[in-house]
Parts: sequence; C-alpha cells; structure tokens
Amino acid sequence: MSTPANQGKLAERAGMLPAALFVAAFLLVPLGLVVAYSFMPANSFGGVDPGFSTDAYRNVLYEQRLDGSFRLSAAYLLIVWRSIYVAGLTTLIVLAISLPVAIYIARQVPRRRTFLLLMVTIPFWANILIRTFAWILLLRDTGVINGFLTALGVISSPLPLLNTTGAVLVGLVYTFAPFMVLPIYGRMERLQQSQLEAAHDLYANRWQVFRHIVWPAALPGVVAGSLLTFIPCLGSLIAPELLGGGKQMMLGNLIYRQFSEARNWPFGAAIAVLLLVIVALIGLVQVYLARRKFAGKVA
Amino acid sequence: MLDVTHALELDLVRKTYGDPLHGHQALTGASFHVKDNEFFTLLGPSGSGKTTLLRLLAGFESTTSGEIRLYGKPIQSLVAEQRPVNTVFQQYSLFPHMTIAENVGFGLKMQGRPAREVAARVEEMLALVKMEAFRNRRPAQLSGGQQQRVALARALAPKPKVLLLDEPLSALDLKLRQAMRLELKQLQAKTGITFVFVTHDQEEALAMSDRIAVLADGVIQQVGGPREIYDRPANLFVADFIGDNNFLKVEVLSRQGATAMVRGAGIEAVQARDAAQGASQGTLMVRPEALHLSAGEGRVRFAEKARVLADIYLGNALTYVTALPDGTHLNIRDEDARRAAKPIAEGQTVEVWADAEAPMLFDGAGK
Ligand SMILES: Nc1ncnc2c1ncn2[C@@H]1O[C@H](COP(=O)(O)OP(=O)(O)OP(=O)(O)O)[C@@H](O)[C@H]1O
Ligand SMILES: [Mg+2]
Repeated sequence: MSTPANQGKLAERAGMLPAALFVAAFLLVPLGLVVAYSFMPANSFGGVDPGFSTDAYRNVLYEQRLDGSFRLSAAYLLIVWRSIYVAGLTTLIVLAISLPVAIYIARQVPRRRTFLLLMVTIPFWANILIRTFAWILLLRDTGVINGFLTALGVISSPLPLLNTTGAVLVGLVYTFAPFMVLPIYGRMERLQQSQLEAAHDLYANRWQVFRHIVWPAALPGVVAGSLLTFIPCLGSLIAPELLGGGKQMMLGNLIYRQFSEARNWPFGAAIAVLLLVIVALIGLVQVYLARRKFAGKVA
Repeated sequence: MLDVTHALELDLVRKTYGDPLHGHQALTGASFHVKDNEFFTLLGPSGSGKTTLLRLLAGFESTTSGEIRLYGKPIQSLVAEQRPVNTVFQQYSLFPHMTIAENVGFGLKMQGRPAREVAARVEEMLALVKMEAFRNRRPAQLSGGQQQRVALARALAPKPKVLLLDEPLSALDLKLRQAMRLELKQLQAKTGITFVFVTHDQEEALAMSDRIAVLADGVIQQVGGPREIYDRPANLFVADFIGDNNFLKVEVLSRQGATAMVRGAGIEAVQARDAAQGASQGTLMVRPEALHLSAGEGRVRFAEKARVLADIYLGNALTYVTALPDGTHLNIRDEDARRAAKPIAEGQTVEVWADAEAPMLFDGAGK
C-alpha cells in the first residue's frame, strides 16, 4: 500500500537516516557504554571486570567501613548538592548580568550591535585553560588584585581569593555569560520598538513595560540561556579544579577522579549516570512547562 | 475672544531629527488646531512628516520648538504614559503573548483600574468592534482586519481624550479598507472621541474627515474641510495632490477684485479666481469634471478648439483626453458626454465649456 502519504513518510524517514546513524554512533553507543560500566565490578587497576554489580550505585550513598559493614554517608550527596547549588547560583548571576547587556545591545544601531556582539564572544577566542589560568594570576595571593590592594595599603595580608567557591563562581560566570547573552539578544532583537511604544502609550511606566512586555518576550531566551548555562555548569571540571583548588569538588571533578587517580570506573560511570538523570529531569520539566504554555495559547 | 477649548492646539511646532541646526527638519513650524469631537485628518505624501507629527502628539518624540496644548494644557513636559491620548499603530503592534482580551484591557490595567471594571470595559469594547468571539485568541491567530479592530478596541478602551491613528487602513485590501472607512467614521461618532487620522490616500481623507490638514515637506499647506480643500486649494501642491486636475500655463490680461482674465495654451480669454498674488504669469487650474462639451447655464466658454485624443471609460465616468492648439493636454469629464449614446470619435475637434467659478489662477509654474 504505497499511498502518496506513505511514500512521503518513507522518504522522510530515509532522509532522517544519516542523522539517526550519527546520533546512534556518537550518542547512544557511548552512553550505553557508560551505563553498562556503571553496572560492572571495578578492576583495581582501572577499567572493569566482566559481571554484574550494583556496588557503584550503593557507594554513592553508603560508605564501606573497615569491618565490611555499610554506613550511610552524605559525602557524595554533598558534592551533588554543591554542584546544583554552584550551577544554580552561576545561572542566576549570569542572568542578572546578561539580561541588561542583551537588552542594551539590541537597542543599538545595527553597526554597533555587531561590534558589541563580537565583544561578547571574545572570551571564546582563547582556550578555556588559558582563560582560567588568567583568573589564577588575578586571584592568587601574589596575584594582581591582592598586589594592587596591598600596594594601596587597603590590606596588609593577601585576601584568600583563590580556592574558594567565589573563585569557582567567577570562573563559571565568566565562561557562560555569552551563552545567556546571545539567546536573550536573539529575542530582544525581534521585539519591535513599537511594542514598547504601544505599552507606554497605554499608560505603562518603565517597570511595567519591562514586566509585561520585555520580560515575556525575553523569556524563551532566558530559558534557553539558563539551560545552556546550568547544564554544562553541573558537570564543569576546569573551574572547580583550578580555581576551587580541588577543595570545592563538583560532579565533574568527582567523575574525572574515578577514571583517573581513584581507578574506579564503575563508580565514575554511576555518577555520570546520576548527572544524566538530573539533566533529563530538568529537560522533562522544561518540556512540561512548554506544553502547558502552548496549551494555554490554543485554549 | 471665543471661549472654545480645542482638543489640540499646535503653535509653531518644529521637529528636527538629529542635530538641531543641521539635522533633518521633518516638521517646520506647524500651527493649527483640532476641534473637540472632530474627525481630523493629516494628509500628505510619503515622507511629508505625518507620522512625525503624530508621534509628537503621542509623546514618542519631543518637539524641537513650539507648543502643543491638549484641551488648553501644554503637554510637552508629559511623557507618553502620562498623556490621555492613545494610538492605533500602522502595524497594529498588538502584544503577541497576550490574548485579545488582555490586549484590550492592558491600558486600563496599567491605569490600576479594578479587575471587574477592566473586564466589563473589555467586553464593551470587544462588542463595539464585533470581536467578542475572539477574546481568548492570540493576535497571531487573527487576520489583518481582525487585528485592526483589536488595535482600535485597545486604544479606545481607556477612553482617551484624543485617538491617534497612523494609516490604520493601509495594510488592508481595498474592499475591507472601504468598509472600515465607514466603520471608523461611525465609531468616532458613537464614542464622541476626537480622532486624528493619518493617511496618504486623498480619497480616504475626503470621505472620512470633518477637516483635513494637507502636509508636504514638513509644511502645513492648507487646513480646511474636504470641500474647501477640493474646491479652493490654497496652492498648486494641494490642487495637484487632491483629485485630478488640468494645469495650463497662462498670462494675466487684467485683474478685477478677486478675479483675473487670463490667456494662454491656446485659450483666448478666461475668467479665473485669482490666487496668483499679483503675478503676471501663472498656472490655471481647472478640474476635469468642471469642463463640458456643451454650453449651459452657469458655463462660460473655455476653449474654442480642442482635439480629442482618446477617451477613458471607467463605467461611472468618461474622460476625454484632448489637446489644445498648443499641444497642452486637457482632460474633460463631462456627465452629459458619458450618457450620450455615441462617444466622440478620435481626432474630432470640440468646443470646451467650463463652470464659471471653476478655473483658478495660481502663482508659479506648477509641474
Ligand atoms: N527617527 C528619525 N530620524 C531621522 N529622520 C527621520 C526619523 N523619522 C523620520 N525621519 C524623516 O522625517 C521625514 C518625515 O518622516 P515621517 O515618518 O513623519 O513621514 P510620513 O509622512 O509619515 O511618511 P509615510 O507616509 O511614508 O509614513 C522623512 O524625511 C523621514 O526620513
Ligand atoms: Mg508615516
């Protein structure tokens, strides 16, 4: 039964084949491997032994004592919590900085807009390691900031700036701000000046124009930017490692260590799966909210 | 002095974009008034400064100099949200994320009116523009004409003292545009709100307005009722811009009071209303429908000989394109000729008569 509609669908499916293969090869296979590893016994020289084991997941919550008994431990949950906390805080700070920046850029004449957008993306031009080391030079005890303050006589001994949660936040905010500015800018650019004028004309003051016109228009960009910031932040590695001095461990560092020094691949894989579940939950919430909004539109 | 408060009074309002000295002067010393409860139209070609003037009234732009008074009170120091005027934008500019009802209620909500009052007024407005059935839709789900109605309802809902409309019909197709003309006019009468309406369509202006201000190059050319503007244009620009016209180069033979005898372009001697300010040469204007192919009461002979070049038949009108002896074209739209059984053949020579009061003499060369 090759009705035209069926043929169309077939052609559509055939057209999707390359994309499907790509996803399978580069996403599903590695992901399957990670999940599989997380359910296998650890080999003490790294890698995994054949077999099935849920030890890795048990280890997330329980600590094995010397006598072999298990005890509830919050050490890893604390890292999960710190990751969510730092990623969330980073997202909020990035949003607070990026929203006015994006609105400002969108209001400029086109030539200036292009220039300012270029400025926003400048951090991308340098390697992330180099950028992070630059922050170390700024923040360390003998660094630029402490040196400057000491020279001015504001402080007598250097402020502990490096290896703090604050330092990690600075690094993350700096890294992810463009990911928030660009999607919000995209929305703001499309917001017509006459919409703002119409709102003013209908007796809205500046705050009301922001609240009722600008913010709703920016919201899809804010959501996109927040996801682009929050999700990579959760698993970020370099900023907590270098700026947090490894003391402010986050999920990314934890996973990294299991595959390197700790040589516990199944545990690393289990943490990675945990991270994936958190991200998937966020994705589900996002889909749910979008659906609800869409339903409201049609009703 | 008459104790009448006008809805709007403009005194020497000037607007220069950019640098005050060297910037673009979009409006030069406009002075006129808009009466209370009037349908007032700003008419002019593209770039003449209509939108600029409207934006000055709305408060989106500030005047370079001059004064604007709304019911006697100067309003230049007020920002847009403080002025009791509302605007219907050319592209409607409805808020895309709000329902139709929320759009219409927006102004009242911003004014802090109680929710029940807002809801009642929204229903009233939706009924006024016959859009009740669409109250829960979004603007993107409406046709252009429907969005237009919503934009009207939204601007009328807060009961503005003056409603400003910037070419609100220009995005609609012809049929809808003509229907909306009548509706707008009725809406204005029903609400009793002063309308300031912007258009570049002279037919629209004539059909709808109580009074019209004609604008060109940032200068107010003439303010008056439709008839006045059509029958007694203040200058050649207005004469040319409004309706069809014949323009003939003439010289003045003699003057007497408000009339002048003129000659030229192959016409012997014709009496004309004199608006040439003493010039010895000028341009004679006469509308095609004021010209006839036969003598009659109140008609004077205009040209002895005109050769028929072509006829343009439009159903409700028949226009003969003729040439005067010197080659100047003269269009004649004679009602009798339209009714005549047989059109006059090409190449034939005719005698032309004019309504006695119709020809008008202007200073300058025209186009
Ligand atoms: N923001 C601005 N900056 C500089 N010049 C402007 C600005 N807005 C308008 N102008 C200029 O002022 C003149 C009048 O413009 P305006 O928009 O008032 O014309 P308009 O009569 O509304 O024309 P249209 O019928 O095409 O809408 C034009 O020459 C225009 O280029
Ligand atoms: Mg305009």
